[in-house]
Amino acid sequence: MAYFEYQNIFTQVQVQGEPEMGMEQTGENILGGERTRKAGFSTLLGWFGNAQLGPIYLGWAGVVSLATGLLWFNIVGFNMLSQVDWSIPEFIRQLFWLALEPPGPEHGLSMPPLNDGGWYIISSFFLLVSVMSWWLRTYLLAAQHKMGKHIAWAFLAAIWLFLVLGLFRPILMGSWSEAVPYGIFPHLDWTTAFSIRYGNLYYNPFHALSIVFLYGSVLLFAMHAATILAVSRYGGDRELEQIADRGTASERAGLFWRWTMGFNATMEGIHRWAWWFAVLTPITGGIGILLTGTVVDNWFIWAQEHNFAPDYLGAYGYEAYGTYGDFGGVQGAGE
Amino acid sequence: MFPKWFDKWNANNPTNIFGPAIAVGIAGSAVFVAAMIVAWGQPFPTDSQQTGPRGTGMSVAEFVSDLEAGDPAIEDFVTSEPIVPTAGSALAIDTLEGVPDSLSNVTVENYERLLEAMRSWTGIEDLLEPGNDSYQTEVAWSMIEMTQNINQNWAAHVQANAEVGVTCYTCHRGQPVPNNVWFRVGPVNNNAAGWPAIQNRVTMTSNFTSLPSTYLEHFLLQGEDGFYGVAQVHDLASRVENLEGDPLIQQAEMTYAWMNYIANSLGVNCVFCHNSRAFYDPTQVTPQWSTASLGIIMVQEQLEQYILPLEEVLPAERLGPIYADVPKLACRTCHQGEQQPLNGLNVIANWPELAVLDDAPDYSAFE
Repeated sequence: MAYFEYQNIFTQVQVQGEPEMGMEQTGENILGGERTRKAGFSTLLGWFGNAQLGPIYLGWAGVVSLATGLLWFNIVGFNMLSQVDWSIPEFIRQLFWLALEPPGPEHGLSMPPLNDGGWYIISSFFLLVSVMSWWLRTYLLAAQHKMGKHIAWAFLAAIWLFLVLGLFRPILMGSWSEAVPYGIFPHLDWTTAFSIRYGNLYYNPFHALSIVFLYGSVLLFAMHAATILAVSRYGGDRELEQIADRGTASERAGLFWRWTMGFNATMEGIHRWAWWFAVLTPITGGIGILLTGTVVDNWFIWAQEHNFAPDYLGAYGYEAYGTYGDFGGVQGAGE
Repeated sequence: MFPKWFDKWNANNPTNIFGPAIAVGIAGSAVFVAAMIVAWGQPFPTDSQQTGPRGTGMSVAEFVSDLEAGDPAIEDFVTSEPIVPTAGSALAIDTLEGVPDSLSNVTVENYERLLEAMRSWTGIEDLLEPGNDSYQTEVAWSMIEMTQNINQNWAAHVQANAEVGVTCYTCHRGQPVPNNVWFRVGPVNNNAAGWPAIQNRVTMTSNFTSLPSTYLEHFLLQGEDGFYGVAQVHDLASRVENLEGDPLIQQAEMTYAWMNYIANSLGVNCVFCHNSRAFYDPTQVTPQWSTASLGIIMVQEQLEQYILPLEEVLPAERLGPIYADVPKLACRTCHQGEQQPLNGLNVIANWPELAVLDDAPDYSAFE
């Protein structure tokens, strides 16, 4: 077989039979806790990963999270529907434009009327409960499995950015109107307006750091995935064994990178690199947002004051500018 | 078909050719497309106009095909050279009926010449016909004065780079009601009040964005306090105390909607006027920024002096769908997607009658 028939993203061999339901929950054994009773198989899922779907553990935190999340979702959806006067065709047509907006600035941190941001405050409360209970669920599930809490802390890093945008910064600014609207295009409008309002967010060093970690995460993910795939023929995909007992796969992978760039991570350490890069993306981003408007009001001027944004040297080069006469204008115009 | 030794060799050496065939096919097609682009050129070539210091990404891009096509409305522009008055020329106002006051200095020949052109420009065949007491007569008087006002007093905008000027045709393009007029539309959302009510809907005014739909009235019409909305976006110091009236995200979004309208109206992008690294900075804006700023004030003046008073003149079917307000002009009404209306065609050259509001037309260029 040609190589691309054998190794690609699809798993061509899948096992389907009796579902694996995990350990019985008896007496001392709390591993897994309560789970749904049914499990099935999906050929489609099997192409991408494990074909078995379920069982799922929800727990009380998961139930609270789903219930409050659904409330948030419905409040947003029905507000959008109400804005188009309950017309389903208009709702579908305008869906990407519609939004549940935060209140106007005149309401400050008070409870505004329902149709001027009140529903936004109520739905945001439910979203807060939902996200925090989902975080609790990741923590409790990890505890149940006697795992480390790495996933929960990583999730909390993302939640930090979420809380800065919707809770901490609006309170520091003294107005809920600073929060981000719930809508597809409207939240993008907010993002652009936020950047321009504070004199260009690209000159915010924490924004820059966040981008470094974001792109760095992507790079590390690609490097690590490629390295492991490249040495899987020597058992490199069995990373845990390689961590405990370094074999020829790790040796080759390490040598490859050391001879490429003089330095190599270790089979264990590469996962810490990846975790920290991922986690620092929203942490630094959140710091940057929190400082914006509270401490720094114009990042471009701030960057100039700190010799971070250069002035153009010498003349502006007006003589090189194009004229309309050479660019679609009737000849002679604009000259 | 093939020699025996060939078939035999193939039978003895079975090979799956389908896998490699797909790979070779994809790679081969990519090489072919790349070679064609190099050999024959980009099928949709673009050109760009530099608007700022080199290496800063400040340029406006257009498809070459669009640039070459030009504005088709240029061909339909009717114009004719003036007839230079002599000592004995009679003034139209003394001999003809229904001559607008602001054309009182125009001779009979030139008045009739102008009338013919104006009827073509506006598509109104009986425009200013003596005895015609249609509302169009009153509107025409006002619009002629507006045209003269723009040409005489706003040369800094309409002749910023070269003699271009405006005539009826700049907006009307042969139609009684120009394209790209605007009406008040907000609030646009049902069951919402305040800031959430004026945005997040697909409207013509919002240029199909979810930005506010009320920016034109905000910036171009006087508010209840008698002031125009001011385009304010930034704080002008790195660290300032936030005070009452300082811009907020809401003002930034309102301004963004307005700037997007201007850019769409002129078929350009942000960096035609601004350096996008510091939108506000007066030392980094381009020369066009000043022209555009004057244009904004020009529009405010024309709306206030000539357009809004027509609300009592126009019949109901010409008024806006929501507020029954007068159809209003702004950047797009003249520019219609071009940097300069009609690609910068000098429309005023042959029409000294429309170039002055207060004085006699200057025919010296034709003597």
